[in-house]
Amino acid sequence: MSSNFPDLVQVKEKALEIRANSLKMIHAAKSGHPGGSLSIADILSVLYFGGHLKHNPLNSHDPNRDILVISKGHASPAVYSVLALAGFYPIADTMSFRQLGSKFQGHIDSLKVPGVEMSTGSLGHGLSNAFGFALAAKLDKSQRKVFAILSDGELQEGQCWEAFMACAHYKTNNLVAIIDRNRIQLDGGTETTMALDPLEDKLSAFNWETKTINGHDLEELDNALKEAYRVSEETNKPFAIVANTIKGKGVSFMEDAVAWHGVAPSDTDLEKALVELAGTK
Amino acid sequence: MGAAIEPSTEKIATRVAYGKSLVELAKSNQDIVVLDADLSSSTQTKFFAKEFPERFFNMGIAEANMVSTAAGLAKAGKIPFVSSFAMFATGRAWEQVRNSVAHNHANVKICATHAGLTVGEDGASHQIIEDIALMKSIPGMVVIVPADAKETEKVMQVVTAYNGPVYVRLGRSALPVLFDDKYNFQIGKANVIEKGEDLSIMACGIMVSAAVEAAKILKEKHNKSIEVINIASIKPLDTETIVNSALKTRNIIVAEEHNIWGGLGDSVASALLENCSEKLKFKRLGINDSFGQSGKAEDLLVHYGLTAENLVKLSLEMLDYQS
Repeated sequence: MSSNFPDLVQVKEKALEIRANSLKMIHAAKSGHPGGSLSIADILSVLYFGGHLKHNPLNSHDPNRDILVISKGHASPAVYSVLALAGFYPIADTMSFRQLGSKFQGHIDSLKVPGVEMSTGSLGHGLSNAFGFALAAKLDKSQRKVFAILSDGELQEGQCWEAFMACAHYKTNNLVAIIDRNRIQLDGGTETTMALDPLEDKLSAFNWETKTINGHDLEELDNALKEAYRVSEETNKPFAIVANTIKGKGVSFMEDAVAWHGVAPSDTDLEKALVELAGTK
Repeated sequence: MGAAIEPSTEKIATRVAYGKSLVELAKSNQDIVVLDADLSSSTQTKFFAKEFPERFFNMGIAEANMVSTAAGLAKAGKIPFVSSFAMFATGRAWEQVRNSVAHNHANVKICATHAGLTVGEDGASHQIIEDIALMKSIPGMVVIVPADAKETEKVMQVVTAYNGPVYVRLGRSALPVLFDDKYNFQIGKANVIEKGEDLSIMACGIMVSAAVEAAKILKEKHNKSIEVINIASIKPLDTETIVNSALKTRNIIVAEEHNIWGGLGDSVASALLENCSEKLKFKRLGINDSFGQSGKAEDLLVHYGLTAENLVKLSLEMLDYQS
């Protein structure tokens, strides 16, 4: 099990590798979701390589592992990449992404990929799934932590608010939800499509502890997670981190661009993107 | 298979047997947890809630979250039983059953009550007659409709031991008890209650006791030999038993408290078409593509023709009976 003191240089490097590999996968498949994969790369890297999420690549069902539910199942390239980098399978395998017979489905599949806890893709389910894991951990008197990464757009699904209500009601203080607040969904901006702001106020009104941070600042992420564990223990409330992110983060022409929600990069796009990412090392 | 016995005068609703079975099973199985959506008094999970409050989760009137939460609990090693009215558990939360539960092969038991017309006075909004269709079309989903309290008890033991998603359709109204302790329920097995030569009545749920009664009338008053088959396991379907009976009697009526479109009748018809080249007579008795309405359960069954008397009439028509 990995629980090293966070080495932020390594966490940063891994985040870049997640981004680069995600784009290679989408390019090879000629389909996929680059924008939302790039926006959560830093969050995933901090969880897996910053010592927050206990995981065991040799036994994906290790009873001592923590749980991460990725509710935005379309960010599958980033998820498959981080699991490969964490040692669950060789990274070269991920190049079969979205091909017939591949375990690397368009949206993440818990029955096919070791390390994926829940199959998601239909938006709005993941927080409920994570809540189930959190209740089970409470029943088992386990110290297990449960994380959920939610997209911001999916919060338009009513089920998310049923789940926010239920988590607070059952005081699942072992659950941290990280909201990838990139402010863009398929049709456009979240605020013009169906406004979510004031998001933190809404979460507070649902009896959650909240903190808004820069979701690309690795130290802020690390600190917010540590604060979440401490505060939730004190207040018995679940904790939501609103991570302000940039959709397409790390590749200039993809950043904040609605068009890159679900489009594959061309050969030239990929080349330019990989050069840019290499330059930020 | 189960012994045919005379229907008892004692009547018990399948939901009542469900509530009792949960408590019994949970005494020896620590993994069982129960989720309900503000209907525990109706679904009978209240008894479990009283006995095992730490393992009972009232999720409020929020079925989507309830079903997806159950999937998480199952993935963490629990055996969640999810209850609400069948309308909401399978209708409102269909997409959560499909994607959170079945697509994850999560070990969740959707045990929903108040299915069909026999909800009675609440009327069409609560009388789901589409749930079998909704559930059987989901890949890998086991669909079970018990016919009485004893079968419900046996079904509960079997589905607790089975690893995977299951839908159990339960009813509100008290039903005659058809089976005794010797009855053995198996997933994927139909149960020939009475052997016969002239016509087969295949039924599930409340229509099984109607079929038994109809067979008795047809024998005593009309000298007809009726085979009665209880198909509690709608999916997987016991094609062998169904086909063997059809090849013997050549006359088949399927009876269910469900829309004729998408129910057991369709499943049996498909099984017969794919497996028999012989000429057969076939009739579905169910709700003929209309919504229900308010009324006493027994009055509704008469109004929609879901009675032993109507089964007798249809059987005689099929057998070209001349009085």
